Amino acid sequence: MKTTNWNNYPHTDATIIDASNDEALSNILSRTTSCIPRGLGRCYGDASLQSHILSTDRLNRFLSFEPITGTLTCEAGVSFAEILTFFVPRGWFPPVTPGTKFITVGGAIASDIHGKNHHRAGTFCEHIESITLKLSNGQISQCSLSENKELFHATCGGMGLTGLILQATFKLTPIESAYIKEEVIKAKDIDEIMDLFEASAPFPYSVAWIDCLAKGKQLGRSIMMRGGHARLENCKGLKNPFLLRPTKPINIPFFLPDALFNKWTIKSFNALYYHKKRTISKLMLVDYDTFFYPLDRIYHWNRMYGKRGFIQYQFVLPKPSSCEGIKKILNKIGQEGKGSFLAVLKLFGKANQNVLSFPMEGYTLALDFPLTDDIFDFLDRLDTIVLDYGGRIYLTKDARMKDTLFSKTYTNLSRFLTIKKEWDKAGKFQSMQSKRLGIL
Amino acid sequence: MARVLILGATSDIAKALANEYAQHGYDLYLATRQSDRLDPDIKDISIRYQVNVKAFEFDATAFETHASFYNELDPQPDGVICVFGYLGDQKKGEKMFSEAHKIIDVNHTGAISILEKIAADFEHQKRGFIIGISSVAGDRGRQSNYLYGSAKAGFSAYLSGLRNRLFKSGIHVLTVKPGFVATKMTASLKLPPFLTAQPDTTAKAIYKAHIKKKDVLYVTGIWWWIMTFIRYIPEPIFKRLGL
Repeated sequence: MKTTNWNNYPHTDATIIDASNDEALSNILSRTTSCIPRGLGRCYGDASLQSHILSTDRLNRFLSFEPITGTLTCEAGVSFAEILTFFVPRGWFPPVTPGTKFITVGGAIASDIHGKNHHRAGTFCEHIESITLKLSNGQISQCSLSENKELFHATCGGMGLTGLILQATFKLTPIESAYIKEEVIKAKDIDEIMDLFEASAPFPYSVAWIDCLAKGKQLGRSIMMRGGHARLENCKGLKNPFLLRPTKPINIPFFLPDALFNKWTIKSFNALYYHKKRTISKLMLVDYDTFFYPLDRIYHWNRMYGKRGFIQYQFVLPKPSSCEGIKKILNKIGQEGKGSFLAVLKLFGKANQNVLSFPMEGYTLALDFPLTDDIFDFLDRLDTIVLDYGGRIYLTKDARMKDTLFSKTYTNLSRFLTIKKEWDKAGKFQSMQSKRLGIL
Repeated sequence: MARVLILGATSDIAKALANEYAQHGYDLYLATRQSDRLDPDIKDISIRYQVNVKAFEFDATAFETHASFYNELDPQPDGVICVFGYLGDQKKGEKMFSEAHKIIDVNHTGAISILEKIAADFEHQKRGFIIGISSVAGDRGRQSNYLYGSAKAGFSAYLSGLRNRLFKSGIHVLTVKPGFVATKMTASLKLPPFLTAQPDTTAKAIYKAHIKKKDVLYVTGIWWWIMTFIRYIPEPIFKRLGL
């Protein structure tokens, strides 16, 4: 079956194996072909692609829930959307969530995902109590901070390369409403937005949209969105604080023309978006869907980039060099006239112990570029800046990084390989990405 | 709290029905062979919908056990959905009577054996509902699956008679005739997507038909048109077709 992930690049012809089918699973693990687990396919690239895919679609059951502590055990294919549907009305929220709810628990662990609360809550895996893995030798193993610790640290953020995640146990966060008390603030340039991030440290959630085509004095002009879960007393006037107002999803029914996004359309959009917000600062109550998942309301928004797809480029730079490095990258984007609609800036908190985890203390910037003939060379030039400033690229968003850049920026690679050899002796778990990056 | 008994609870349609009825607040009795296989599903449904779910050992062809199986349910259910079925292998059935026998026993005899017991109880109590999952295959015998089709035709006729008998006792009997449904049972067949329903849309349609007290439900609706057309082809022509 022709398979591709969210950014429509690359494509591959894959045999899909139902990971909930024990017989099919043992069969593929006993053969010499390699395979890779895949959830809802929301990564931007080839991390969950190869010729044999273990689909966790049907591994989607909740297995236990402790209503006093909020401890949830579920299978790997359970999506964040399902967790929200069933647990928000009972006053619980995922401890960490990315910008889409259409991801699975297994994928969240494999990517060691971060969210708007990274500076306070760390990554999703920092809330995991234990993981059950199907290893390449067919055995089922548990790992946690107290059991098979090395395997645990390699599996969290390990891109599915240590084994198939079957189940996980983690704690949900208690909430008093389905709403977020949000504050929206305009920042006129990069220095102002970085000061705002520093000042926003006490807020549970913070993120900024950045106009990556603004130049000169306006370089880095941004809109900061910060907030926290609304308390009961903030929700006066709402009949049921856990109920969302029903909204109609928008659908993009087909691929839009490739040429729709060029520097002029993006520049106009960005200027409009920046000036649409008239006031410098605004406080409001928004539901969690609007705050965390604005794009989820547009089904198939990826089709806006046309059939050729797009590349998402997300990097992080260490805090001391962040300001200079990001200015350099924004200037480069401006010079070459490569724009991005969705440019998102965020200040990370401290890095964790997970071997291939992406976040480190500093600024991360995520950019979308429509796929064009010259985009790969352009991104290679951005890579040089990321490398010079001591940063790295998020594997979940990567479809094109060179192995040399990867080994220079993910300095724990050799440790990862040692752990992988121990638990996946036969090297059964491989993806197009792991082959490209030399994680063998 | 209303309670529904699902017979043949491991199929994809049964699982979707369990979720659908639990979502509407029903407690569930799930009956199947090797009922311990249902453990994770029971946990999943009780966590999602906060209803009580219990599993029971049930074998459609162990006719002699059906009375005690039903009598041991306490409290007894307010309604039953008969989902179990066996597609079998038509070609094998033509050569080996044991296969043909199994197809008839599961789809027809087994269903009648258990539903007669439940119907008697419901009739006595003057309450309850009975939903039987038959098939469009029972609407006309075709060379490609007439063993399964004839068993389902028998089951459809049975349900129709049962509806007639129980109407005056206020018991609703719903006959469901699914066309193609994308399930484990049909995973190896190549099905045309626009004629194929998903298990959860099938379950939603069944619940809705139950609430509206419909007598016969085709899922999806286009199958009523298809089968009406097929039923009206004159036999002299029909016998020459390669259906």
